[in-house]
Amino acid sequence: MESVLRIAVIYPDLLGTYGDKGNALVLAHRAAERGINTEIIQVDARGAIPEACDIYLLGGGEDAAQVAAAEGLRAAKATLERSLAAGSAIFAVCAGFQLLGNSYAAADGSKLEGVALVDMATTAGSNRIIGEVLIEPAPSTGLPLLTGFENHAGRTLLGPDESPLGRVTARAKNGDANNAGNGTGVDGVIRDGIIGTYLHGPALARNPSLADYLIAYVTKSVLEPLIDTLVEQYRDERLAFASLKGAGLKRATRRLHRG
Amino acid sequence: MRSQAAITIGRLAGWASRITGRGAGTQVSGRIMLAIDPGLLTKLGSKDRVIAISATNGKTTTTRLIADILRGAGLAVVTNHTGANMASGVTGALAAPHKASIAVLEVDERWLTHVVGPLAPELLVFGNLSRDQLDRSGEVHAIVDRWRAITEAHPETHVIANSSDPHVVFAAFPARVTWVALGIPWRLDATTCPQCSELLTWSDDGFACSACGFSEPHADYRLEGEYLIAGERRIHLDLTIPGTWNLMNCALAATVAEAHFEIPAEAAVEAMRHVEVISGRFSKHVLEDGRIARVILAKNPAGWTEVLKWLAGRDAGVVLAVNAHIADGRDTSWLYDVDFELLQGLSVVASGERALDVAVRLRYGGVECIVEVDPLKAALATVGKEVDIIASYTQFTHLTKRFW
Repeated sequence: MESVLRIAVIYPDLLGTYGDKGNALVLAHRAAERGINTEIIQVDARGAIPEACDIYLLGGGEDAAQVAAAEGLRAAKATLERSLAAGSAIFAVCAGFQLLGNSYAAADGSKLEGVALVDMATTAGSNRIIGEVLIEPAPSTGLPLLTGFENHAGRTLLGPDESPLGRVTARAKNGDANNAGNGTGVDGVIRDGIIGTYLHGPALARNPSLADYLIAYVTKSVLEPLIDTLVEQYRDERLAFASLKGAGLKRATRRLHRG
Repeated sequence: MRSQAAITIGRLAGWASRITGRGAGTQVSGRIMLAIDPGLLTKLGSKDRVIAISATNGKTTTTRLIADILRGAGLAVVTNHTGANMASGVTGALAAPHKASIAVLEVDERWLTHVVGPLAPELLVFGNLSRDQLDRSGEVHAIVDRWRAITEAHPETHVIANSSDPHVVFAAFPARVTWVALGIPWRLDATTCPQCSELLTWSDDGFACSACGFSEPHADYRLEGEYLIAGERRIHLDLTIPGTWNLMNCALAATVAEAHFEIPAEAAVEAMRHVEVISGRFSKHVLEDGRIARVILAKNPAGWTEVLKWLAGRDAGVVLAVNAHIADGRDTSWLYDVDFELLQGLSVVASGERALDVAVRLRYGGVECIVEVDPLKAALATVGKEVDIIASYTQFTHLTKRFW
């Protein structure tokens, strides 16, 4: 029997404000290049989240949409937990990332309960964190520098047993890397089967290695390298841009070369 | 005294800006006038009848069409130039020497509050609201709430509004509204109810919220294909300017003419039929190789979606010229909100400062393309009898300067 990699795009009509559905296209494209068949399943706001998809994608969204999305996700918590236990992965961006945590406290003081798959809590800050960023992932992931654009008010505090996806090493223009990402100088979260991040771009279009990481995880295989020169050229341009102030990238590059 | 000084000095600055080729000068003169006399807009507003037009997409075109219709009916009109649609631009336009007129003002959707307060327009025209430059203007709901505050504060104001757009309906509702059903091709920002945040239900009758009862109001005017329906009348919108989006702009302008100025919609359409170019939009230019290139502005996912649908039905070469400055929106992730897949099989060149973002998007959409940063060189590299150059805002303004 031929196996199919099933990619579920969760609530694109609620969590699709920043092009994040592009992540599904990238996964499908990179899987197909390795001869893996894929199927993209769109789950709209009123739809039930199906069990046993390989990769679940959650994107960014506005506050009202986030409330509606939270309701559906909480209802599907057991489904998601069973799928994760069976080897599936969740890749969540921005509002979708926040919803994986315990709670989201909005600017008006209202508190939204998350799906609590990750021990973390998000609070809306007084200003939005907006701009190009570079993330240096934890060395254990084997991932290269990640590039993206973030635009969010949320400040996310990880619990003691959770690890961030990486450290923010550079912010373009007048950005302050120490306050970027989760608001604490680190971005996102990574643990078995779950990656969360504030990176739009969409993140996987700018960081194909992250797409490969997810595909390899759910297929439990080592993927053949796949260099797409157009995408590499694009990455180089973005990496250079985000580090216009320079120092952060230089330090990060030196460290990577040493490693 | 202070106002007069403000106007004189501001005009001088505008004149300086014009003769040095920096721009039309309205914006800069308005900015200086407001700096000298912050209350100037209120004083200027008392002289003219004022109508204000706002929307995410189509406000420049609709404003220009309404101005043409009113002028055609023999009325004196003063209006603002494209781009000069914030408080400074509006001030500059109203402070220009003119006899008492109808001021037909395009207003940036984020600036509407700042303009309505001092000017107290007799008519507000609301077209549509969708995501646009999220890094700069924030999310759609923030703008809807600001518009709603305006109509709550001025319930006696006449508003002509698109009944198909839930955000617009919610924003217009407290006022005295004439509804026109223009349709809503871009629905992705209207999944939840603007009144109570529950999920909206969509059907052939439009939108409805089962939780709070908010629903699409009955409209006296309706756009159906190329026809404006008004009671028993079917008025053919046989336009020169292209695309579904311009049918929407024209239907809105015709409704304004009839419902507010008592100019029959038929006469309004007659005044719009031969309009070809609006502030550089849809302008045609001869390329070095003799082919015709048409320049089209697209600013956000809703706008791009409409343009791509139109392109898919043509057989021209396509240049996608995208920048990411503040006026374009610095975040290019919207490229994935839009169905570039519609361009499969066409001759496409990715262009502009963010040509690589475009090329990577096309790669994942299965669209073959080449990369050429300069849009005019890109146009020459396309195959096809004609070329359509679709440009983001700063690419568009730069291109129109190069052509003229």
